[in-house]
Amino acid sequence: MARPAAGPVEFDVTDIATSDAALRQVLHGLPGVDQVGAAERAAALATRSIKKDAKLRALDMAISMVDLTTLEGADTPGKVRAMCAKARQPDVEPPPAPPAAAVCVYPDLVAVARDAVAGSSVKVAAVATAFPSGRASLAVKLADVEDAVRAGADEIDMVIDRGAFLAGRYGQVYAELAAVRDACGNAHLKVILETGELVTLDNVARASWLAMMAGADFIKTSTGKVTPAATLPVALVMLGAVRDFEQAAGRRVGVKVAGGIRTAKDAIRYLVLVNETAGPAWLTPDLFRIGASTLLNDLLMQRSKQRTGRYAGADYFTID
Amino acid sequence: MASGKGKSGTGLARQSGRGRSEPELPQAAVSWEYAPAPESRDVVSIAPEYGLFVDGEFRPAASGKTFATVDPASEERLSLVADAAAADVDAAVAAARTAFDRVWRPMPGSERAKYLFRVARLLQERSREFAVLESLDNGKPIRESRDVDIPLAAAHFFYYAGWADKLEHAGFGPAPRPLGVAGQVIPWNFPLLMAAWKLAPALAAGNTCVLKPAETTPLTALLLAEVCQQAGLPPGVVNVLTGDGRTGAALIGHPGVDKIAFTGSTEVGRQIAASAAGTGKKVTLELGGKAANIVFDDAPVEQAVEGIVSGIFFNQGHVCCAGSRLLVQESVADAVVDRLRRRLTMLRLGDPLDKNTDIGAINSRQQLDKITELSAAGEAEGAQRWSPPCRLPDKGYWFAPTLFTGVSQSHRIAREEIFGPVLSVLTFRTPAEAVAKANNTPYGLSAGIWTEKGSRILWMAQRMRAGVVWANTYNRFDPASPFGGYQESGYGREGGRHGLAAYLSA
Repeated sequence: MARPAAGPVEFDVTDIATSDAALRQVLHGLPGVDQVGAAERAAALATRSIKKDAKLRALDMAISMVDLTTLEGADTPGKVRAMCAKARQPDVEPPPAPPAAAVCVYPDLVAVARDAVAGSSVKVAAVATAFPSGRASLAVKLADVEDAVRAGADEIDMVIDRGAFLAGRYGQVYAELAAVRDACGNAHLKVILETGELVTLDNVARASWLAMMAGADFIKTSTGKVTPAATLPVALVMLGAVRDFEQAAGRRVGVKVAGGIRTAKDAIRYLVLVNETAGPAWLTPDLFRIGASTLLNDLLMQRSKQRTGRYAGADYFTID
Repeated sequence: MASGKGKSGTGLARQSGRGRSEPELPQAAVSWEYAPAPESRDVVSIAPEYGLFVDGEFRPAASGKTFATVDPASEERLSLVADAAAADVDAAVAAARTAFDRVWRPMPGSERAKYLFRVARLLQERSREFAVLESLDNGKPIRESRDVDIPLAAAHFFYYAGWADKLEHAGFGPAPRPLGVAGQVIPWNFPLLMAAWKLAPALAAGNTCVLKPAETTPLTALLLAEVCQQAGLPPGVVNVLTGDGRTGAALIGHPGVDKIAFTGSTEVGRQIAASAAGTGKKVTLELGGKAANIVFDDAPVEQAVEGIVSGIFFNQGHVCCAGSRLLVQESVADAVVDRLRRRLTMLRLGDPLDKNTDIGAINSRQQLDKITELSAAGEAEGAQRWSPPCRLPDKGYWFAPTLFTGVSQSHRIAREEIFGPVLSVLTFRTPAEAVAKANNTPYGLSAGIWTEKGSRILWMAQRMRAGVVWANTYNRFDPASPFGGYQESGYGREGGRHGLAAYLSA
């Protein structure tokens, strides 16, 4: 049967969630993604030249969209507190830079982060569901989520079961997503697709739709623990998916790119992609985030250069 | 989600009342305007006046006449160039003949290759200069001249340089011979690139050349002449004559020319074929087109939309192989056109030197008039016209990207080459109907096929009467790939091993 090439995918969600076959029909009925064409488009948008006021705007937007992240075995309360301080006040130079969108930590450090960002706009995000591999029973994953939510996480960054997805057990992935979503309560749910393990852009599109149908508030590229992490073509496909999903379902889902985004130049390329794919409505921390550990200082350095016309030394930017 | 969290909104219910014809962009909570990012025009110095390039030197036309070349984005005069007439053609052809007999033909292929490699490298080294000059003289966005025209021109010289000492292995017999003096007349849409397409294979094969760039875009060909000097190319091997159609006619009709290569309109191509008949001159013609870009219901739709856009709006549609007819399967036509409209609202029209410009200026007043006339005919014949909201600059020649829906094969806009940013959308029901409609044109230069089904790509490609068939892409060029047409799109191939055939006798 020919697949519909375009337009809203029409479905009744109560029916499709019930079986792998029904989900397969929907997901494999999405328009295909041509790898070469997507890469070409992403590369073309990467040549946009963002200068002057547009660049200043971009840098401030990017700062306000950063999920400042530390996900190491060596994380300590002290490290997390320092990072939270940085997120609240990234730069001391006037005019003040906007705070970061969130800090992202492992569940056991949520309480520390919660205290450290109290009274600010900075959200606390926790990676959960046996991050980064997702290899645990559903009960363990749910306990992980509940733990983080109880400790005060505003946002949960979960991982999908890539094994189940690649094996075609879409029903299982969906059920897990739905269960995690319920466990989130009022916390926002970001769904990490780990696109580096899904490999094809067709899979990226399908996983995006599966997550959105199951109620994701955000879809997120990567854990940062797998290479490749975020890439421009993957982000392009996901941004197209959230735009099409809004057309079909009337709900705006956000996108978070994470992993390997270290320079202001990279960040601005993603913003261009957002602007010209999902549209300018997505240019807000409510709908676009950049997960990063080292990006923030480059954004600050470029911001100061843009204002003063010269680069300040690295030691003028704090390394918290 | 039926059972969704309250805060996430309306779940999967379709929004009601959304019309098909007017896709809405999400209301912008913020907008982010890109600041102007113009490429500096200081990288190129344009002389107030240019002579003809004959026998390795620049000289005024024998008549002393000149004409102006303008920046189509501002109507500002860029320079004066010499207007070559019969006496100048005589001189250039004589210089080319001497160079052919005394220097270029006797020279070993490996030595000719060195010159071509040198020209290629100089094109790369001076690419920014060439790109800015091309955008100034032609009106095309710097993004395209920088990323497409100039790199491809250099690639062409590199590619054919590699052939120069391997001609006996090219499949044209053990000792293929050059033809002699080639008279080459090129169009204004890709001024430098077309010069490269013509010169590189001719020179590699051992011919000498007299090149006539288009009247409205002579400057990069003259800069290329300067590069030939810089590369130490022997005098007379490449000659450049500027002028209008009369100069071209004089060159093509000159008895000292052994080979005619022309890229341009079908109308002029016909005259050339008629005038060359019986003269013994070899002729290759690359003429117009009215290509179909065929989108099936199983196409990768996002990339298909990009392909449709680049197919017709690349270089303002001034492309002989432009995908000017969109043939879309009726079952997905509305959805594809919706996506296309949304995409067209993102196109940035304006200053060709701005690095973020997608659509530049129309090359000349004359071309603008032609596009305007044919578009008006489309409306008069009942097709529905649409353009994205788009402010056109006050000065210069501009035409907004335009989409016609409800077009049928009998409309002029589906038959005549518009050579502008105007897309005609037609529908089909079955693959056979798509083939029939795509082939139902006197042209036959190119076609695009968009489907994820590999077997259908092959089935379609076998049936398309088109010199180039792109599958799931459009307007892709490579010097190794031959390019050329069927029927009224001309004959002969440029590019690849096939491109050598036009300049060799076996």
